Amino acid sequence: MTTLLLFNITNGLIIGAFYVLMALGLSLILNLSNTINFAHGGFLVIGGYIAYAISPWLGFWGSLLVAPLLTAIIGLAVERVLIRPLYGRDPLYSLLLTFGLAFIIEDGTRFIFGAQGKPVTIPSYLSEPLSNDLFFITGYRLFMVAVVIVAVALLFALLRYTRLGIRIRAGVLDLETVAALGINVQMLRSLNFAVGIYLAGLSGVLAAGQLGLEPTMGTGLLMPSFIAIIVGGIGSLPGTLAGGLLIGVASGLTAVFFPAASEAVIYVLMAVVLLIRPRGLFGEEGIMS
Amino acid sequence: MSSEQTRKLIVLAAIWAVLLLAPYWMVPLGGYTALATRVLVLGLAAMSLNFLLGFTGVLSFGHAAYFGLGAYGAGLTLKYLALSTPVALIAGILLGGVLGSLLGLLIVRRRGVYFAMVTIAFGQVFYYIAFQWSSLTGGDDGLRGFSRQPLDFGLFKIDILSSANNFYFFVLFCFALAVGAMGFILRSPFGRTMIAIRENERRSRFLGIPVERHIWIAWTLSCFFMAFAGSLYALVNNFADPHGLHYSQSGDFVMMAVMGGMRSFWGPLLGAAIFVMVQDYLSSVTVNWMSFVGLLFVLVVLFFPRGLLGFLQRSKA
Amino acid sequence: MNAPVFTPKLNRRTLIKGTAALGAFQLASPFIIQARGETPIKIGMVDPLTGVYAAPAGNEVMGAKYAVAQINAKGGMLGRQVELLVEDSANDVGIGVQKARKLIERDGVNFMIGDVNSGIAAAIAQVTAEKKILHIVSGGHTDSITGKDCKWNVFRVCNTTRMEANSVCGVLFSKYGKKWHFITPDYAFGHTLYDACTDDLKKLGGTVTGNELTPLGTTDFSAYLIKARAANPDVLILLVQGSDMINCLKQVVQFGLNKQIHVAGTQQELESLAALPPEARIGVWMFEWYWKQPGVAGVDKFVADIRKVNDGHVPTARHWFGYTSAMSFALVANQEKTVDAVKLAAALENFELPDDVKLQPNKCYYRKGDHQLMTSAFVGEAQSKGKDDPEDLYRVDEVIPGDKTAPAVAETGCTIKWPS
Repeated sequence: MTTLLLFNITNGLIIGAFYVLMALGLSLILNLSNTINFAHGGFLVIGGYIAYAISPWLGFWGSLLVAPLLTAIIGLAVERVLIRPLYGRDPLYSLLLTFGLAFIIEDGTRFIFGAQGKPVTIPSYLSEPLSNDLFFITGYRLFMVAVVIVAVALLFALLRYTRLGIRIRAGVLDLETVAALGINVQMLRSLNFAVGIYLAGLSGVLAAGQLGLEPTMGTGLLMPSFIAIIVGGIGSLPGTLAGGLLIGVASGLTAVFFPAASEAVIYVLMAVVLLIRPRGLFGEEGIMS
Repeated sequence: MSSEQTRKLIVLAAIWAVLLLAPYWMVPLGGYTALATRVLVLGLAAMSLNFLLGFTGVLSFGHAAYFGLGAYGAGLTLKYLALSTPVALIAGILLGGVLGSLLGLLIVRRRGVYFAMVTIAFGQVFYYIAFQWSSLTGGDDGLRGFSRQPLDFGLFKIDILSSANNFYFFVLFCFALAVGAMGFILRSPFGRTMIAIRENERRSRFLGIPVERHIWIAWTLSCFFMAFAGSLYALVNNFADPHGLHYSQSGDFVMMAVMGGMRSFWGPLLGAAIFVMVQDYLSSVTVNWMSFVGLLFVLVVLFFPRGLLGFLQRSKA
Repeated sequence: MNAPVFTPKLNRRTLIKGTAALGAFQLASPFIIQARGETPIKIGMVDPLTGVYAAPAGNEVMGAKYAVAQINAKGGMLGRQVELLVEDSANDVGIGVQKARKLIERDGVNFMIGDVNSGIAAAIAQVTAEKKILHIVSGGHTDSITGKDCKWNVFRVCNTTRMEANSVCGVLFSKYGKKWHFITPDYAFGHTLYDACTDDLKKLGGTVTGNELTPLGTTDFSAYLIKARAANPDVLILLVQGSDMINCLKQVVQFGLNKQIHVAGTQQELESLAALPPEARIGVWMFEWYWKQPGVAGVDKFVADIRKVNDGHVPTARHWFGYTSAMSFALVANQEKTVDAVKLAAALENFELPDDVKLQPNKCYYRKGDHQLMTSAFVGEAQSKGKDDPEDLYRVDEVIPGDKTAPAVAETGCTIKWPS
């Protein structure tokens, strides 16, 4: 029993790491621009399909590097045209607009690539499991965790040490003052959005190796990302990190004892957190009331 | 009567005339009565949501849960308890309304994004229960094996199962009841207080208004109306399924309210009409209808945030 | 890559709308009255063209369109041209029922095909029974459609879960072993499939080491696979379908489980195998129809014709479902010289499909007692790549006739009640 539990906790952490990647991007966009991006799953799908499309030329590693960048560029365009007009309005509007955008992305990918799922191959040296007993820790899943760790580290470094990062953090706290200090807030928001979408695109490339690549694959991953943010605390990136891992483990453990509830349990978790400690585990009081 | 009141009366009369004659003018235009019935039911749902969203300023993104619960309540009653349409409706209203009111007690203290997310959370929990409890609800396959029963008035019966027009008028009657009740509440002092809370919650609190209690009452009422719409929906399809509880269904309702105009009473019905008819027409014409509906969402949010009625009102001012 | 399915349809739809508008303005002058023989016969089709079943649904529609083209080329039904009106159910019951009503009330279809989603198929069956429209369920598998919920006007082409289990369980038991562990999708289809398999297993003398009920849409199967591995079975039976099958098989292979345990299941589809990376195309399954049948009449023509409209890709079982459904209507209508639903339903009972429709070696007919098509099961093994054709992803070992795999009518729970 203990081995089973340990296995599933490790497994949950691996799943959670993936949620963290998605949720961090979502969190970045939410914190600075007060934008609820319901199309985040759609950008994941775009990332996956771009990787599929360019991998015949660039191979696995090439598409891993390039696809998220291309996705982020698409994100920049979307931000400029569709999201920018909504700043200053009720977050309801960004929610609705991105909800509609998600429709367009799903239908668009189906139109361009067809509804039939696409086979995605990962390098064979990544496909081997670690050992016979630890068969569920495959090279690819470890690789995913490694990518997530690197991405998270880079993100935190970006936010801590670069000018852009400092401005983003300042903007989250007080955007008016940042603007008054002469910083181009429009560009700041755009770049912040692009970074968030980069993370979504990266998630998509990773997901394509693990799941089937088809237009509807982003929808099931969107809600857990929101829940990770809420559980960890809106406004806190370390909170999102913790939240993602927590819901991964919760979901994984529930699958052992009560599989029917393994998806519902994260909603229950979110409801409990919101009722008892609405700011989340690491969030600040009153940041979003 | 002032000219303002006469104008309102004329508009009201026009709306009801259009609704009463729908089976007759829709068909030559390429519509069909079942479509009109669907518009009414989803319109009622959107109006129920707007009762909360537009008039109290509270966003619930998980309200479809009570819609779905109403559908299951009506369906389960018809299937297992009583072969009577009115009983089924009442059962559905109670199931959705009571559960909604209980949940409301837990969540009225939250606001904004938190409130919206909690409503999604609870909505999804109900969704998963409906999905997994397949022995009762039929799970993913849905609840079927029931159908709307003829209305028995003792002396005569009205068949609402096979006659689409009869059913439409029955639904219109129920719609009128619900909408009348809604209008009555909104015009009452309670309704005015709701609007006051929407406009400025802090000030309302300073005025001594028990804000949480009012929001809870508004929430509960909207859940009851929503459950009513859901019960009717089960009768429209002779079917109830988990999708009616999913947050994407809630998203559709919010969109209808926004598209028609959140600040107006009839706006959501107009929004529902547009949404249902556009979706119905487009999905017959092209398999890529989702792109167009998504585009509609985007355009409405960018250019018509006050909805169609809001746009018309502004251009008049 | 699949080309978008809908190009010629725009013209038909506009034509109908134009006609309706004309009718409304009552310009029915003597010049425009059409001879009765010229009004087309309409077949309605409701399928989830958007959503998770978009791929199989699209293929069913393609098959039906091809059938209608063939029917019209041979003179149509009763001398009249046939029109196929396709509506998207969007994988939502409310919309599916609404579209069914639209096709029946507004468009006046004489026949109905659909839906891939069993729940929607059953809901539409309620509408078609009420409106007395002949209805063939092309791709919805839940047993009750030709079981306890069977109706006089509803027929089904694809297999029931009992048929699927019966076709493959014997082979698995004798070839692979007695201890089976199941990964079952947690909904009606999965449950009935599991029950069918375990009934067969117990009759053969095997044991169930466990059953993992996985929620629909599960993306990560590791927790379930960990448990399955710990139970140490001979065979791992995957009952999941669609995206779940793709995710599960991918992970089974990545974890190397197929090196220690035999992997198998019941229903498998070419759409799923094509979406998997080559190394994940493993296992023993049954297909409901397969394109590579050397020497069987009519198959080569069908494959060649579908390739022309399908971007060069071969037809799948789904194409065949849509094709057979539409063709069945035409065949029986031309035989009986009527479009009356009750007469045609009676004629469809025990109706045997001709070679160029059944496209399989065994006798294929709609059984009288439950309206289920006795179609063959193609038992075989997945392969990562065909020798001659990159799309030959399945090696067929045995083609078992439908009446050998189907349980007796008395066991299905179906009693057909005819309208008075």
